[in-house]
Amino acid sequence: MRNLAVLGVLVVVLAPLALVLPPAQQAVAVRVLIFALMAIGWNVMSGFGGMFSFGHAAYFGIGAYTSVWLLVKHNVSPWLGMLAGAALAAAFGTLTGFLALRYRLRGAYFALATFAVAEMLRLLATGSDLVNRAVGYNVPLLRGNSWSMLQFPAGSPNYFWVGLGLVAAAVAISLLYLRSRAGRFTLAARDDEVAAASVGVPVLRYQLFTIALSAAITAVAGVFYVQYYLYVNPDLAFGASVSIQAILPAVIGGVGTVWGPVVGAVILGPLSDVTATLLRQPPEFLGFLAGRGGLDVMLYAILLIVIVLALPQGVYGAAAERLRRWRS
Amino acid sequence: MSGVVVTQAVITGILTGGVYGLVAMGLTLIFGVLDIVNFAHGAFLALALFLTYGVVRTTGAHPYLALLIAVPVMFGLGWLVQFTVLNRAMGKPLANQLLITLAVSLLIENGLLLFFGADPRSVRFPGEHGIGVFGAVASLSRVLAFAAALVLAAGLYLFLRRTRVGTAIRAVAANRQGAELVGVDVRHIYALTFAIGTACAGAAGTLVAPFTTIEPTTGSLFTIIAFVVVVLGGLGNVLGALAGGVLIGLTEQLGGVFVPSQSSLLIVFAVFLLVLFLRPQGLFGRTG
Repeated sequence: MRNLAVLGVLVVVLAPLALVLPPAQQAVAVRVLIFALMAIGWNVMSGFGGMFSFGHAAYFGIGAYTSVWLLVKHNVSPWLGMLAGAALAAAFGTLTGFLALRYRLRGAYFALATFAVAEMLRLLATGSDLVNRAVGYNVPLLRGNSWSMLQFPAGSPNYFWVGLGLVAAAVAISLLYLRSRAGRFTLAARDDEVAAASVGVPVLRYQLFTIALSAAITAVAGVFYVQYYLYVNPDLAFGASVSIQAILPAVIGGVGTVWGPVVGAVILGPLSDVTATLLRQPPEFLGFLAGRGGLDVMLYAILLIVIVLALPQGVYGAAAERLRRWRS
Repeated sequence: MSGVVVTQAVITGILTGGVYGLVAMGLTLIFGVLDIVNFAHGAFLALALFLTYGVVRTTGAHPYLALLIAVPVMFGLGWLVQFTVLNRAMGKPLANQLLITLAVSLLIENGLLLFFGADPRSVRFPGEHGIGVFGAVASLSRVLAFAAALVLAAGLYLFLRRTRVGTAIRAVAANRQGAELVGVDVRHIYALTFAIGTACAGAAGTLVAPFTTIEPTTGSLFTIIAFVVVVLGGLGNVLGALAGGVLIGLTEQLGGVFVPSQSSLLIVFAVFLLVLFLRPQGLFGRTG
């Protein structure tokens, strides 16, 4: 309950940021929120559930494509698209998860299977006329603010508020999940599957529920992504880099903690902006790198190695641990 | 469906498959012995591609001469990565090693992007010409790469079976603690295995350079296919990797002929999932 109170306070404190941040910083803030949402989703399945997913792009992409397809083809509001996308991603996650768990895929094989599934969706979308092949979709532009169609003019603070609301909801859901029967059973199965099953926990059922929840949260991130950037194609929705973007904040912040993914997103989000600025006007000795891309991802990568080796619990996880020890 | 098209697809499939096998051999060694999901394998290959490009560009030498540089460099780099970084994560949860190799691949791929830019490049193969094989046409460089894959597979197999070091590697793969007890320096074997695996990626990179579009992201496709091949051929099984590579090469090419509307990779992934579900020990592995 204390966590829910912290969440409430954070939302109230952060909400006015949208009014004071300059447009460029606001774009960074929205990106942080999208990262956080993806990573919270990933963390439910891979952190709490212990099923390492390397294919969360599948759920992100299903969310993005469901919503944008309904919008472009049938003029359905993205809010409904969000529900449909989350439901479809959850169903898809349950089905593929069932197959993977039914055939006892573990560890590396499980991760590779999730990866293959996401890649298959990317290739299917790229080759299907039904979803416009490699071209993807542009969101039809509206004039002015439209809450019902979830579209606002560029730089509107509303995007930040929507994103903040979604992230807050996702954190709250994580907290409730951990206190629920499903969460406790899944954690028990993660820590010792045989023991959990032998005391009568229907492991498979709760693992599937966990995957579905995780998929739904990540799908919502996909819908919000499309409505913010107003464009999507198979690579942006289903590409391997999307799966990586869902993993990185959680690992850097702390896998299997509620706040870790959020902390990780706050660390990672601004990084690419910093390097982009640096490379736009590089200092003398880096002059030959002017205008080149790639440095931001290299920094992510180095950070990732350092975290995995030195702080395997993540930044938040380690800090929380310190705090607990210091208190006792 | 004309016979010529199918014959051509079969020949191209076998030749391409040999190359896939070549790439997968290094990966299967690493996966089998160290139990590491090495997502950086394709990135190492891409690095070798650019090394080859650099050598040919600056000296005008024959691309195969770049083997003399690419193989030792990749061997050293692989050794370094395992000994300085990955060895610290051995025995930790699998996700740790996976994340580190993922980071290494991002580092290499984006390093190449940073220094070379995203423009595709190519390497010219002197004396390149088409060779008639059973009524189909194959380019000389592909045939040579296939032959090299066979030689390398045989060499690696003999090395693992017949030498002391090879035996030590297999011993560590079979039972780490047992190997340690009889005096095998496990940390060095780990580094050596990773180095050999990476050197295979290096050799593959140079050999495929003449018929591959050289881009920083070229490697990721090879990583994916190599994983499929490794699982198909069975963990740590070098000859299985070669056979699996040919199977995947054929699947891809024939899939392209019979289901032209979809990407041929889609069929490769479908095969992959089927194998994962039904025969996770690989096509040639024993159950249990």
